[in-house]
Amino acid sequence: MDSLIQASYFLAALLFILGLKKMSSPLTARGGIIWAGWGMILATGITIFLPNMDKITLIPNLDLILVAIAIGSVIAWVTAKRVAMTDMPQMIALYNGMGGGSAAAIAAVELFQAAGPESGHGGANLSLAVIGGLIGAISFSGSLIAYAKLQGIIKKPGRFPMQQQVNFLVFAAAVALGLMIVLDVHSVSLVILMFVIALAFGIMMTLPIGGADMPVVISLFNAFTGLAVGFEGYVLGNIAMMIAGTVVGAAGTLLTQLMAKAMNRPISNVLFSSFGGGDGTGGEEVEGSMKATDTADAAIMMAYSETVVIIPGYGMAVAQAQHKVWELADKLIDRGVRVRFAIHPVAGRMPGHMNVLLAEAGVPYDLIYDLEDINTDLPNTDVVLVIGANDVVNPVARTDPSSPIYGMPILDADLAKNVLVIKRGQGAGFSGIENHLFFKDNTRMVYGDGQEVAGDLIQAMKEV
Amino acid sequence: MIDGVTALYIFMLAGFTGYEVIARVPVILHTPLMSGSNFIHGIVVVGAMVALGHAHTDLEKVVGFLGVMLGAGNAVGGYVATERMLEMFKSSKGDKK
Repeated sequence: MDSLIQASYFLAALLFILGLKKMSSPLTARGGIIWAGWGMILATGITIFLPNMDKITLIPNLDLILVAIAIGSVIAWVTAKRVAMTDMPQMIALYNGMGGGSAAAIAAVELFQAAGPESGHGGANLSLAVIGGLIGAISFSGSLIAYAKLQGIIKKPGRFPMQQQVNFLVFAAAVALGLMIVLDVHSVSLVILMFVIALAFGIMMTLPIGGADMPVVISLFNAFTGLAVGFEGYVLGNIAMMIAGTVVGAAGTLLTQLMAKAMNRPISNVLFSSFGGGDGTGGEEVEGSMKATDTADAAIMMAYSETVVIIPGYGMAVAQAQHKVWELADKLIDRGVRVRFAIHPVAGRMPGHMNVLLAEAGVPYDLIYDLEDINTDLPNTDVVLVIGANDVVNPVARTDPSSPIYGMPILDADLAKNVLVIKRGQGAGFSGIENHLFFKDNTRMVYGDGQEVAGDLIQAMKEV
Repeated sequence: MIDGVTALYIFMLAGFTGYEVIARVPVILHTPLMSGSNFIHGIVVVGAMVALGHAHTDLEKVVGFLGVMLGAGNAVGGYVATERMLEMFKSSKGDKK
């Protein structure tokens, strides 16, 4: 039985890595998740048996295990099936938090037993159990806060004076308790206290971070959970967990770096500073004025152009306008206009969030271009349609060194021949920075809800 | 139990694997991939099962039970979310309606 279990874990780890590999190309991505899914079923299924050379023995507490799996699975299945695509980022945060909580729970059980009479744990084991437990607990409570923020349950960043210092002290307290447990584990209440403080730290570290930075934070917690799982895997002597956890930890760290880089903000900045906290209004005066236009003129402009590039942003997600936008693009394509979508790496609330929404609306992925691929083409583009995007097309990122977003790679919409901007109102964007693009001579603003405006444009297009 | 040196090798090789697999991913797949890797660390449910499996006191059982429940949620939720996202990717050549 023992070798069969080990072989199953090996196969599961292999399926995870191959699945992840397949998920990194749009053509094979679908198959990738299915492979990984089989790996998971295999690993979970074999775990109900105990490693035993001679005979087949079932794991103790099997009834409890099956009930727990049933409850967790049903809740997750129903919520994941029902949630709208626009709300996916917070659901990922939620499921990720569950994984972190689970890793913390494993650490807790192991540490409780180490504190008991039949302790058989060595120092390395205890240390990794404590570290994995701390990381898992922080990831758990932090992800829940990230979920609450994206879901709109918590609206404002929670900030107070000396916050960094207080947070650091709380973190230091958790680490100090962890150290005490590693050196001399004898008290169950000490273990509980450590977890309570770690949970509190996860909440406190996530509260002050603004909504715009949540993608980076979720990705970071994803990497955290991976690491925690890897460490607990070592504690339990489970190689599948070690490999899967470490792979996710490394991949998640890289993904976090890619995201932070796309926003031109070091990760430390995201975690320890407050974006849009008041100093973001500096910079030069804006020349010119915003010029409004109506949907009929906008429709004519696009209908008689040769190339149109659509730049969607978070505003499109909020307005749920992706289907209408694709319908509009489809109309243009029927008229012989070359339509492409340009997506900034940090548009929306997660990298690739816009891609997912456009894919949901039926936009073929080969019409969707990355920043590097489309920027050289934008000066030759007749019309750029900006819908619900703001900071990612703000030219001050190239021109004004005093701007907080200076140096961030942007889509050079301002270089196109004509720019149409669909926007709810005249206010500044999420970062509070005036967008110079909106004031340019060749820019026309169409005010209104993204979905309604897109609908009106489709109507107007029929009459052209 | 795995000895420390072997564990170090496993951590190192798995770390490089994760890094390499992600390194060449187009931005378009970042969210599904984050979701996919989120699903993969749902393997934690296996560890939680083992932990609950050797839990003795009531406290251990309660915590272990929560662990299995959360881990199963991670795995199932992560799978369904990822699958729903990837289901939508298609190219303009081929299956355009």
